[in-house]
Amino acid sequence: MSKHHITATVNGEAVEFLCETQATLLDVLRDELGLTGAKEGCGSGDCGACSVMLNGRLVCSCLVLGCEVDGHSIDTIEGVAEGAVLHPLQQVFLEEAALQCGICTPGIIVAAKALLEKNTDPSEEEIRYWLAGNLCRCTGYDKIIRAVQKAATVMREA
Amino acid sequence: MGNEENQYKVIGTRPIRPDGVDKVTGRAAFGADFSLPGTIVGRVLRSPHAHARIKSIDAKLALALPGVRAMVTGADFPELPDEITAGGEAPVNFRDVSHNVMARAKALYEGHAVAAVAATTAAIAEQALALIKVEYEVLPHVIDVRDAAADGAPVLHETMFTSGVEPAPKKPSNVAGRTEMGLGNVEEGFAAADVTVEREYTTQAVHQGYIEPHACVASVTTDGQATVWSTSQGQFMVREFCSRLLGMDRAAIRVVPSEIGGGFGGKTTVYLEPLAIALAKKSGKPVKMVMTRDEVFRATGPTSGASMKVKLGAKRDGTLTAGDMTLYYQAGAFAGGPAMLGCMTGFAPYALTNARAVGYDVVSNRPKAAAYRAPGAPMAAFAVESAMDELAQKLGMDPIELRLKNAAKKGTRAIYGVKFPEIGFVETLEAAKKHPHYSAPLGPNQARGVASGFWFNIGGQSSAAVHVNEDGTAEVVTGNPDIGGSRASMAMMAAEVLGIEYSKVKPTVGDTGQIGYSFLTGGSRVTFATGKAVCEAAQATVNELRARAAKLWECPIEDVEWKDGAAHPVGGQTDTRTVLSLAELAESAAKTGGPISGAVGINAAGAGAGFGTQICDVEIDPETGKVTVLRYTVVQDVGRAIHPAYVEGQLQGGAVQGIGWALNEEYVYDGNGRLDNPGFLDYRMPVASDLPMIDTVMIEVPNPGHPFGVRGVGETPIVPPLAAVANAVSRAAKVRLADLPISPPRLLAALDGK
Repeated sequence: MSKHHITATVNGEAVEFLCETQATLLDVLRDELGLTGAKEGCGSGDCGACSVMLNGRLVCSCLVLGCEVDGHSIDTIEGVAEGAVLHPLQQVFLEEAALQCGICTPGIIVAAKALLEKNTDPSEEEIRYWLAGNLCRCTGYDKIIRAVQKAATVMREA
Repeated sequence: MGNEENQYKVIGTRPIRPDGVDKVTGRAAFGADFSLPGTIVGRVLRSPHAHARIKSIDAKLALALPGVRAMVTGADFPELPDEITAGGEAPVNFRDVSHNVMARAKALYEGHAVAAVAATTAAIAEQALALIKVEYEVLPHVIDVRDAAADGAPVLHETMFTSGVEPAPKKPSNVAGRTEMGLGNVEEGFAAADVTVEREYTTQAVHQGYIEPHACVASVTTDGQATVWSTSQGQFMVREFCSRLLGMDRAAIRVVPSEIGGGFGGKTTVYLEPLAIALAKKSGKPVKMVMTRDEVFRATGPTSGASMKVKLGAKRDGTLTAGDMTLYYQAGAFAGGPAMLGCMTGFAPYALTNARAVGYDVVSNRPKAAAYRAPGAPMAAFAVESAMDELAQKLGMDPIELRLKNAAKKGTRAIYGVKFPEIGFVETLEAAKKHPHYSAPLGPNQARGVASGFWFNIGGQSSAAVHVNEDGTAEVVTGNPDIGGSRASMAMMAAEVLGIEYSKVKPTVGDTGQIGYSFLTGGSRVTFATGKAVCEAAQATVNELRARAAKLWECPIEDVEWKDGAAHPVGGQTDTRTVLSLAELAESAAKTGGPISGAVGINAAGAGAGFGTQICDVEIDPETGKVTVLRYTVVQDVGRAIHPAYVEGQLQGGAVQGIGWALNEEYVYDGNGRLDNPGFLDYRMPVASDLPMIDTVMIEVPNPGHPFGVRGVGETPIVPPLAAVANAVSRAAKVRLADLPISPPRLLAALDGK
């Protein structure tokens, strides 16, 4: 079975890789490109731990085939901080203890960033519904919601 | 160390956790994130049948497939004696563990491992599984716990005879054991009661639901030295279990813990690691194994569903006169469900002089139950706390007042024999009563529920080492996977004792070759027991630092005291003795005797019991049966919160897992004993939009058994919520909901049946 040659942009950089037909974007990110920040919690689009941006849209990378991203642009958790400077969401998640085990955190930060980029002042209810596709089993979501609210304030005031 | 406010510099503050940056940037390496060059992929063939005899396994075609490197079946694992070995939270039968990780003569549940292969790619490994021919003789199966315990049920184990009954049974049964404990005389107690309540309750099997599936990599050298990288709640547990299951020396297995993506008890045993070692040995290649979510649901331990009966008796003024409970707990396919823990914990919040608890540990064709946060306690508490609510209604009493009237205090004897030392249960009830939540107005179709809960918390064996670095910073090494921020607590306790800044202390979770034995992360023990070890190691380091100062000052060590991170002469400064900071002593270590360290191994006793009380407001939709949780408050005695934000997180997370247990989560089986909902879409855990904020109140009644007063906090919060939710719904619906989960169809049926 021959592999497909794919070129794409990942976190602003041109990449190319060979990909089996059935490989998901998540497989490619993790196994071919060494970007293991996106996690596989379910492989069926239910937990959101593999959240990435595809052409500026929030997707579960386990539901996208590697072959489908040819010529497209992907942004992952690894590209959220600018060098050593954390994104306000990342900084606030640390300050507010909005993570326990941390396995869902990359997906939640990617998803929350997508929300704050289109809605700079979301209500608690809007945050809760936006993040309803990102499972967290440790926190009960309280500190996550508060962190997103605080990050929104920080970003608005910046 | 007492409990006056603000006496500590570091304890009680909320610094950023040391592993935090890696976790918000995606750099933290969890179980599936690790690989070695040349790693091949292991996959497991699982039984499609709930109960079947394995007549033969033909792997010729699979082994002939290009890229397939090795295969193992039950024949590759030694038979172990059928005996109980003392474990940590619960005894372990390693024969059962071995038979659970790889079936022998029979597959005992759908998803039971039957064979495993390793191949160069995952796709080839999957193809190979499809080529393995297993001849099964399908046997009658049993799923329900009461059906399994009944005469004439299909028997899983021909060698299982119910223990704890006289005379010893002559016929094998699915009831592995009966346990009974009691206080006083229950019959007399009920005879003295003015009011009694009695009811049957059920809960369903629920999964821990950690987002990270089980994963590991194993590599074995040609001289038999294995290294395992895995996600677990205990690297020493993985080493012991693999050592026993594979007949290898402990020293021949090194286990390196990864970051762990949630466990909640579910990662206190092994599933993949022994298979990966066996496949790595056979293939000569490192083998990586990662479960799918489907496998996690079908083949790893949920906690027991339960069928229970509770009777309470009380005087007109609310004083309890007697309590009686009978619990049937699912064990899954092998003995060892937490029925006894249910018996011990259910009545523990109350001062009962007449009490009896009988528990049955029942096997059925389900995956072997694993620990889940306060194993066994939430189900019994659901039944007892529901009965307390019903009793309060019958007496026309406030449910908190009823609990206060009967609350366990220092000196109360629990049903399992102990007399409680300093506990803070009454304080949680008082705080709940005066919390604004408890008196807030409610609207139509809304109601408020209250419930309490107890968990023992454990101590146990822990190692810790503190090393002073040359520049005056320090390392803290422990042997417990950090499941929710414990590295921060370890660094904080070391910083407090050493008297240096938190940011100068680097905590590390060592692998089995880097630190002494430590029992696993479980039982809410790490901040207590491993924290105590860290305090003692830091204190030993302080004593060594004092000795070094004494050497420089040419005085006895008794003349040196340690304050604010420095050696001071007792009685004030002199010409020759001023003050020597930790950094100065570190710099001169070569001149005073070499590197400065403190290392201890302890078996921590004195874990403080945990009590909590929770308040839940719900609104029910009489048209659809949907329950909405409107407001939620968790009150708990936490002893001493080292890092309060992470303590709050434990209270919030535990409560929400309990809310899921109460409202949504359950294992659903079809008529063939196959799981119908092995995915997050159909096994519906709470999502962000299901919930309100979870308010917390931390009561601090210090535990005298810990230098800073720590009690375990992780498990207690999951004990009350099943009943807190059910009591709220029952009051809103004006009908008692005694069967979980209270899903919309179930609530609608209850409303229709009123």
